[in-house]
Amino acid sequence: MSDTLLQIKELKVKYGGIEAVRGIDLDVHAGEIVTLIGANGAGKSSTLRTISGLVKPAEGNIIFDGEDITGKDPTQIVSKGLMMVPEGRRIFPNLTVIENLKIGAYLRKDDLEKDIEMVYGYFPRLKERSWQEGGTLSGGEQQMLAVGRALMGRPKLLMMDEPSLGLAPIVVQEIFKIIRRINEAGTTVLLIEQNANMALHVADRAYVLENGKIRMEGTGKELLEDEKVRAAYLGSTSGSN
Amino acid sequence: MEYVISVLLSGISVGGQYALIAIGYTLVYGILRLINFAHGDVFMVAGLMGIYFTATMPFSVSIPLVLILTVVLGFTIERAAYKPLRSAPRMSVMISAIGVSYLLQNTATYITGGQPMTYPVIPFLSDTVNVAGTQTKWVVIVTPFLVLLLVFALTMLINRTKVGMAMRAVSKDFETSRLMGIKINSVISVTFIIGSALAAVGSVLFFTNYPAITPTAGAMPGLKAFVAAVFGGIGSIPGAVIGAFLIGICETIIKGLPSAWDVSVFSDAFTFALLIIILIFKPQGLFGEAATDKV
Repeated sequence: MSDTLLQIKELKVKYGGIEAVRGIDLDVHAGEIVTLIGANGAGKSSTLRTISGLVKPAEGNIIFDGEDITGKDPTQIVSKGLMMVPEGRRIFPNLTVIENLKIGAYLRKDDLEKDIEMVYGYFPRLKERSWQEGGTLSGGEQQMLAVGRALMGRPKLLMMDEPSLGLAPIVVQEIFKIIRRINEAGTTVLLIEQNANMALHVADRAYVLENGKIRMEGTGKELLEDEKVRAAYLGSTSGSN
Repeated sequence: MEYVISVLLSGISVGGQYALIAIGYTLVYGILRLINFAHGDVFMVAGLMGIYFTATMPFSVSIPLVLILTVVLGFTIERAAYKPLRSAPRMSVMISAIGVSYLLQNTATYITGGQPMTYPVIPFLSDTVNVAGTQTKWVVIVTPFLVLLLVFALTMLINRTKVGMAMRAVSKDFETSRLMGIKINSVISVTFIIGSALAAVGSVLFFTNYPAITPTAGAMPGLKAFVAAVFGGIGSIPGAVIGAFLIGICETIIKGLPSAWDVSVFSDAFTFALLIIILIFKPQGLFGEAATDKV
């Protein structure tokens, strides 16, 4: 638990003149599930997009696995073992399920059979749909495919942007169960969620992001019990009177 | 009967040549949503290179050299004129393409002095052959088979190889492709390389049939190939190929109508009238996808 896999220092992200992320520090240790919760527009997605290289930071440093990856291209970042499950799943609708999985391993040159079996082990429903085009899957299946696709890159750190978005509660539960299993199998996870309740239950540690700054941090349990968090993110007033 | 056969044969042949150009338009559109206006001129330059190289080198060297240098040209155009505009509005890239088109035409005028040049007689392709009682050139017979072979190879590349998979992924979603580790620029380059190589092959076949090359010789075949690509549904390879064959055949039939009717002069106008009619009834073309945003 002590190795720092991802370290973010004083990160600032600007779009035009607007500062979306206003200087945040964040650590993810190897083996953890860390979650970043916050309202819409708090800067969660911007943070994740910057780590993955899609957006160049205005200031600050991102250290991954002992290496400074600040401002590098997504291709280089992926090759170091950092994969992202993007918001809205973004599976390739014109590729079959199995092709969507293979493309997650685009930079790998070794045999993919075992990994495909592993993903099918997590998500048996994908196996049945192996030869179907990705665009024909249901929302939940697409989310499973997006997670499976990222796993195919054998990530050291798996980043997920709102995996619960637009999914039925039962499917969300299933996805979160798998996230925990993936983590138990050795993959570190950085999770962004609006569904704070789900995220805090599964997370070892959590950060609360507000207006581009980190307002609070602690273990998932601590934040679940925190009154301010309960009031603002868990939609619950119990214990506040 | 013999006359009908000869008209059909040459229609299929010219259609096949348009197809080789049309694939270049449709591939690039499929990935960049860009109409590469310079593509017809790349085809013309390939023809000119054919003239200059065969004058000094044996065919076994000059023709492969034409192929290689056309690919280099297509690759360089993309890197120099389109890549720097990757995040610019699509209209800017289109204007850049028009600029490249004129640059190539003007350079050709500068080099040739604007005089029509004559494409060399390539052995075998230019030899005559007897088919069902009509005399024709071998190129007319070879073209459709070569086109089908190349289209088959291209389809295999796109559907069965890793780079083909990347091309299909990039055509749908740049950003997510990057998150998979795909280098977008390499995939785009591959697209231009394939398109230019096919245009080079097309130039050898087409100019063996129509040997006069002027600096604007790429404009009309390029335009018709573009029409074929739109007709078939731009972005679709089978669409472009079928569209090109249809346009080639229709055009040759009109040219072949009895001269007393005096319509052959309208064959080009007919091509575009056909496009308009098709697009009225099928705005996406024969095999096009619904809801694409076009410039």
